[in-house]
Amino acid sequence: MNQPNAIVTFLTRRHGGKRFDSADIITYLYLILGTVVMFGPVVWLVLSSFKPLEGLYAFPPTFLPYQQAAVQVAGYAQPLDLYDVKLSDGTVRRLAQISQIGIGARMIDPNAPNGKPIDINIDQRTPVQTIHFEFDNYTGAVEKFPFLIYLRNSVVVTVAATLITLLINSMAAFGLSKYQFRGRDALFVIILSTLMVPVSVILIPAFLVIAKVGWSNNLWGLIVPGAATPTGVFLLRQYMLTIPDDLIQSARIDGASEWRIYWQVILPLAGPALAVLAIFSVMWRWNDFLWPLIVVSQTNLFTLQVGLNAFQGELNQQWNYILAMTVLTLLPITIVFALLERYITTGIATTGLK
Amino acid sequence: MPNSKGSAEQRESFSLGDLLLKPFSWVLSLADLILLPLQNLIGARRMAYFFVLPNVLIFGVFILLPMLLNFYYGFTTGNSILLENRPVVGTANFQKLLYCQNYLDVNSCTEDLFWRGVENTTVFVVGQVVGMVLLSLVTALALNREIRGRGFFRAIFFYPVLLSPVVVALIWKWILQYQYGLLNAFLVSLGFDKIPFLLDARWAQLWVIGISIWAQMGFFTLILLAGLQAIPKEMYEAASMDGANKWLSFRNVTLPLLMPTMTVVLILALIRAVQVFDQVFVLTNGGPGTATLYIVQYIYRTGFEFRDYGMAAAASLVLAIVLLVLTLGQLVFSRRQEAV
Repeated sequence: MNQPNAIVTFLTRRHGGKRFDSADIITYLYLILGTVVMFGPVVWLVLSSFKPLEGLYAFPPTFLPYQQAAVQVAGYAQPLDLYDVKLSDGTVRRLAQISQIGIGARMIDPNAPNGKPIDINIDQRTPVQTIHFEFDNYTGAVEKFPFLIYLRNSVVVTVAATLITLLINSMAAFGLSKYQFRGRDALFVIILSTLMVPVSVILIPAFLVIAKVGWSNNLWGLIVPGAATPTGVFLLRQYMLTIPDDLIQSARIDGASEWRIYWQVILPLAGPALAVLAIFSVMWRWNDFLWPLIVVSQTNLFTLQVGLNAFQGELNQQWNYILAMTVLTLLPITIVFALLERYITTGIATTGLK
Repeated sequence: MPNSKGSAEQRESFSLGDLLLKPFSWVLSLADLILLPLQNLIGARRMAYFFVLPNVLIFGVFILLPMLLNFYYGFTTGNSILLENRPVVGTANFQKLLYCQNYLDVNSCTEDLFWRGVENTTVFVVGQVVGMVLLSLVTALALNREIRGRGFFRAIFFYPVLLSPVVVALIWKWILQYQYGLLNAFLVSLGFDKIPFLLDARWAQLWVIGISIWAQMGFFTLILLAGLQAIPKEMYEAASMDGANKWLSFRNVTLPLLMPTMTVVLILALIRAVQVFDQVFVLTNGGPGTATLYIVQYIYRTGFEFRDYGMAAAASLVLAIVLLVLTLGQLVFSRRQEAV
């Protein structure tokens, strides 16, 4: 009699050896519901992206991607669709359909291709479906649309911009944290205050400046302007302030140049902060939309985000390709997140920045 | 967090930083060949100027200069983007932008689209910020309990934050699709009629708010969670010794101590909500009609579609002032709380 109780105790055992209480149950219900709401849409996107067109436009939709099963029957050139047919004697047989005329269908037993065809009413048959992942959506999206060009642009912009960001932000942070010079504090305050200036507020003049510099319709126009991030300078400066000045002094005594001190003493020590900034920068650049949207108008310079937007605007009906491209666009950032989840969440929680 | 774990984490990220630096170390050492003579020329202390120069240059040209130019645009008119072809009109843009016969009726304004944007943005900001902060707080409280799978749930709630606005919009566009959408399939299976979610003004407004909460709440949950974990355990022990039940200790310990974090979260959420644009741009493009037309979209449309740069700049200056007030509000609030 004690058995069920023991199982319940085992299942509900927790760290402290305490039993589940009602608050725990409510917490779990909330978190599980939350998981469905937060992650469900992405799962649905991925599953949908593997559905063939007829599955995509089936209503009500199925959860998994299905496809009508078909068999090759001797004597017929094309594979024939399989159906479960309820015959007039009440038995159910799996038959292949030769042809359909109006509400009637002519079926044949695939195991007896030379047998007599059976004529039935289409109400009597239900299609046999098998789970099938349609990769044609992906190959089609890559072949028919300049996906690879968008991908290349996104990768080039993200990588180049992140490297430049890390270099110039850490240089500025080094200058601001380890030197005394006139106007230093004013400079820091000005840089910080632009944390609050979003691109949306300076859209038009920023576009003019880009055009004057000759960078409209040029990837440099996407890479350089955003590289001087106030967030990065702030993050790195705060971190470098904690590095003792003695280290710099002794390096100077050893005859190291200022530049050498920067990249051989300070940069390695600022590793954790640089890693956080690198992750942020990749996130910002990969997902950036508004800036590339106004700077670039030639399709061969579109990033994935801009390309995806243009693509969904012009081909409203081709959801199979749109969904596949959306999955491909979110894939890199998802992989980065899966690998570096702990750095990202602790980085954001400690800096309060995104 | 126990100490040993913390240092292990640091060591790991050190190697990550090293990995990023390694391939470039030879480039950086080559740079020394040029920079050493420079240092000998200007002196070690002035090298500080060299270090801040690239950042300041980019920053000045692409952020500071546009900010100043924006003022000029706001007081000029015409369809040319070139400054020399733009006649100065004084405050005419602002007068046109801000004038209404009756401030309670958007249709009586000369620039009714702008005011429609203001109205929509206000509704959006109130709905989004209140909804999101409440949900983030509840989620943070749930994640702060000592339960199994906490890291997993935290990651799941945070994941949408990483998705780009375009991806977020497309995911939901597919779910909310009228003919084949998942949500309408649910409705039909429950015996209801299909609803054209994104083609009905009310529903579209509601979904834009909901989706924005979905995409951003993980970020704010994380900050609130950090705030909750900073509350010392002794405070709760003391409260329970004094006979406080869970609700009382929540009201008298958790809430007051979380207040500074809440203020930061609230202001950050406000600043972001006022600037709502890209996700909605892809999802509804302001429609149906002008139901989800927000201020930034008005600026984008006026500037880049109608080429009325003067009006767009004037509107963005108004937006900048709103953001400035919000930012100052944050400073004042956090100062006052520090003083308490």
